[in-house]
Amino acid sequence: MTVDVRAGAGVAGGIGQRAIRPDGVAKVRGEYSFSGDLWAEGMLWGQALRSPHPSARIRSIDISPALAINGVHAVLTGADIPVNRYGLEHRDQPVLADDIVRYTGEPVAVVAADHPETARRACAAIVVDYEILAPLVDPENAIDAPAIHPDGNVFRDLVIRRGDVEARGPIAVEGTYEIGMQDQAFMGPEAGLATPTSDGGVDLVVSTQWLHNDRDQIAECLGLAPALVQLSLGGVGGAFGAREDVSLHVHACLLATRTGRPVKIVYSRAESFLGHVHRHPARIWMRHTARPGGEIVSVESRILLDGGAYRSSSYHVTANAACFAAGPYRVPNGHVHAVAVRTNNPPCGAMRGFGVVQSCFAHEAQMDLLAAACEIDPVELRLRNALAPGDELLTGQRIEGTLPVADVIRACAALPLPAPAADDVLARPGGAGRTADAADVRRGVGFAVGFKNLMYAEGYMDGSVARCRIDAGVVTITCAAAEVGQGFVTLVQQIARTVLEVDDVIVAPADTTIGSAGSTSASRQTMMSGGAVEQACRAARAELEARAAVEPGARGPNPGGIDIVALTTREAIDVTEEFNHRLTHPLDADGQGDAHVSFACAAHRAVVDVDPELGLVRVVHLATAQDVGRVLNPLQVTGQIEGGIAQGVGLAVMEELIVQDGHVRNASFTDYLIPTALDAPTVEATLIEEPEPGAPFGAKGVGEPPTISSTPAIVAAIRAATGAPCTRVPVRPRDLT
Amino acid sequence: MPVIVADSVEHALAALTEHPDATVLAGGTDLMVEVNDGRRIPSQVIAVGRVAELAGIRVDGHTQGATIVIGAAATFARLERGTVAELAPALAYAARTVGSPQIRNAATIGGNLATASPAGDSLPVLVALGATLEVAGPDGRRRIPINEFFTGPKRSALAPGELVVAVHVPVRRGPQDYLKVGVRNAMVIAVASLAIAVDLEAHSVGVGLGSVGPTPLAAPDACEWIADRARWDTDHVTVDPGDATEFADRVAAAARPIDDHRGTAEYRRNAVRVMAGRALRRCAR
Repeated sequence: MTVDVRAGAGVAGGIGQRAIRPDGVAKVRGEYSFSGDLWAEGMLWGQALRSPHPSARIRSIDISPALAINGVHAVLTGADIPVNRYGLEHRDQPVLADDIVRYTGEPVAVVAADHPETARRACAAIVVDYEILAPLVDPENAIDAPAIHPDGNVFRDLVIRRGDVEARGPIAVEGTYEIGMQDQAFMGPEAGLATPTSDGGVDLVVSTQWLHNDRDQIAECLGLAPALVQLSLGGVGGAFGAREDVSLHVHACLLATRTGRPVKIVYSRAESFLGHVHRHPARIWMRHTARPGGEIVSVESRILLDGGAYRSSSYHVTANAACFAAGPYRVPNGHVHAVAVRTNNPPCGAMRGFGVVQSCFAHEAQMDLLAAACEIDPVELRLRNALAPGDELLTGQRIEGTLPVADVIRACAALPLPAPAADDVLARPGGAGRTADAADVRRGVGFAVGFKNLMYAEGYMDGSVARCRIDAGVVTITCAAAEVGQGFVTLVQQIARTVLEVDDVIVAPADTTIGSAGSTSASRQTMMSGGAVEQACRAARAELEARAAVEPGARGPNPGGIDIVALTTREAIDVTEEFNHRLTHPLDADGQGDAHVSFACAAHRAVVDVDPELGLVRVVHLATAQDVGRVLNPLQVTGQIEGGIAQGVGLAVMEELIVQDGHVRNASFTDYLIPTALDAPTVEATLIEEPEPGAPFGAKGVGEPPTISSTPAIVAAIRAATGAPCTRVPVRPRDLT
Repeated sequence: MPVIVADSVEHALAALTEHPDATVLAGGTDLMVEVNDGRRIPSQVIAVGRVAELAGIRVDGHTQGATIVIGAAATFARLERGTVAELAPALAYAARTVGSPQIRNAATIGGNLATASPAGDSLPVLVALGATLEVAGPDGRRRIPINEFFTGPKRSALAPGELVVAVHVPVRRGPQDYLKVGVRNAMVIAVASLAIAVDLEAHSVGVGLGSVGPTPLAAPDACEWIADRARWDTDHVTVDPGDATEFADRVAAAARPIDDHRGTAEYRRNAVRVMAGRALRRCAR
């Protein structure tokens, strides 16, 4: 059976329409319950004691002063954890430090008390005797330094060799680029509520991106069968990669099982900055060579990523940084060496753009240098080298799906430029600070292109499960995909409405009573869980039509002229389906292989106004063309593009966790600055629709590309306005003066 | 923690005498950050936000020698417009740079003064305008010139048991401005800030600097030098371009900046120089 999707687009709130979020009104009104709002009768409050040192040996921990405090119900240390190791991909991180602390903020002990203030005081009363060690904070030194962890200091050392690695063109440009440590800076801090169950297990309601992976790690650490640990998704206030790793999960569950009481943990803002992974800071050297006409002959690169104290997703971030190091361009010859190392800096892991953000900043700066060296317009240079389906990546993988690089470049470049600056001091660099007069401001325009893989890679067997139940005509979809703000719950309804031709669709809460939906990351849920929901709905529809064929009396208004209520009243339809994408393969010793499922690209053109004397920047306008496969919801695509650009603006001009000697200096929203309404540019987006084969409705994930090439476009515009080299992001005022 | 909600200045002072370690609460926008971070756990709070005398804004005297008397509990939202915007526009500009609208609806000028942060947004303006503080204590009321109020980072001349009651801001006939450098276009702590006020009656120039020293700073040498060099007319003042440059250098020399995570000393001193030149050009012909 096939459903003509274009016909289904006529269903109210169906695919392709500006359907609104089922949770939108409650969120706007402040009525939505986020995980920080969780509450249970008789619950205790959990609080972690964290290391004040980036590197130290724990000689002893005395918890007795904390236990003596009235209202304290439990104080646990590493010795109390049945299996004291966890980790998203590799279990190298203690739940509570056992003998060594490896970063500032590493949890050392955890307390449950009857009031959060009591819990804080109990933490302060714990006496930890530290032998302070010299921290390893320079990633360049980490490779050869004595190991700071039994697993060593190198998370991954990956080389990609393509073509003739000795081949060079007559024109060469090179540069070294640095990317600072960006934070996901979600608004809703980590929060969860664990409740012990009568069978010796535990239920946890928590903000996360991947319920099942959390469940497995918690069960391992607690020494419980996975079936005894049930997770449900709490209201998530943003994620952007920072909720892929376990944070308070094991602490809350262990305190709950030990005390026999529900235990809530909610992080303060400062604790949140210490308690989740960040974007990898990177140092990237690149050399491009080309023919005089601008055709790239070779790309060489060395990429060094600081993974911080534990592995998290460093292994795969390294692969992404390397695989996409050359950008969406044809590169016949290449040599890329990417290394991620362990240091005593804060652990780094997933963040929107996942390794590609760092590479894109470097390769787009290089493309501008190359354009200048070849005396070719930067947009034209990119067009001459643009990848297209049928071309091969640095990894030798042939692009088999859609990838309209030249189209996004042309469409973006064709968008109208914004009007000259208004005569309004608020609209100038410095904004409300009234620092600039019109004559102090210079305008610049910059262009950048990026692309990234969608879905997990390197042979990972990925899948998502969804269930469609139709009971007396009521459609309920269940899927464990984490709604983190991206709008998957809207998409579920749109898909079900379109396939089943119904108006109302109930989206059941996400929990571990159904199979895994995989992580809400890697721009994968639209394809993976969208695919699972579509498959389940199609199976349900097939069953409906089969029933209608043998019960000819049950004709009705829909779908397709059958009475859905009559056909599902005596016996409900209940189908569960799993969606899988095609297989990928690991990279070989030369970094070659079909490692990726699918790709998406975008182009960005930034217009900035700069006050060069004060080094202040106003990002005025972002034009973008994005490869989306197929628009499933224009409202949500626009939201992803505007939000992703705001995060790109942040990395370009203000967002950086400042780490000195292993200590974070700005763990607050007072000093970790993210763009406000006065910093967010006007966004003009055009969407390129070339349906992706094998993807449900032909749609690609749209969340990451806006964050990838917006940053280099903005920095290119700042270079154009000032002539400053700007080889580091964020560009600080002092870099321009 | 116990809270006393004062209904008069006398009530608040009596409560302060009874609880010498009490924390005074006005808008709470500085205090609650410290409390929520666990950096301060008050044993006793005295809330002054509902004291009617502290909320008023009035003008004393007429044209020559007029003074705006701003109650300590006046919020920055109120300083952004109305009387203050008309008679002390630099103070209104500074008020606009404080936090977000929600913060400005709560934060008070008295709190800005009592916190005495070198980055307090209104403070350079009060320095440039030569404001005087009115404080009340167990021994009655006294006036403190703004230049004598700040004694160090987050330290002031306020004695134990004393409250800031009002700030007396001279109305100066002439252009004034306020410039603040931050890494974001709004809602940002100043990396460096500068206020300027030209007084066409007194033939004087006042400058206040923020975030470039342990306290808000004045730049008296630069101000006296440019006042001497300028040509004064009834309705405007004229300075030579070369003198404006020299003035900017002299103001920058008054800064005592340090390196921290928000900026370097070198950047800050240069920013003060740039802002001083621009501010003077805006205020003079």
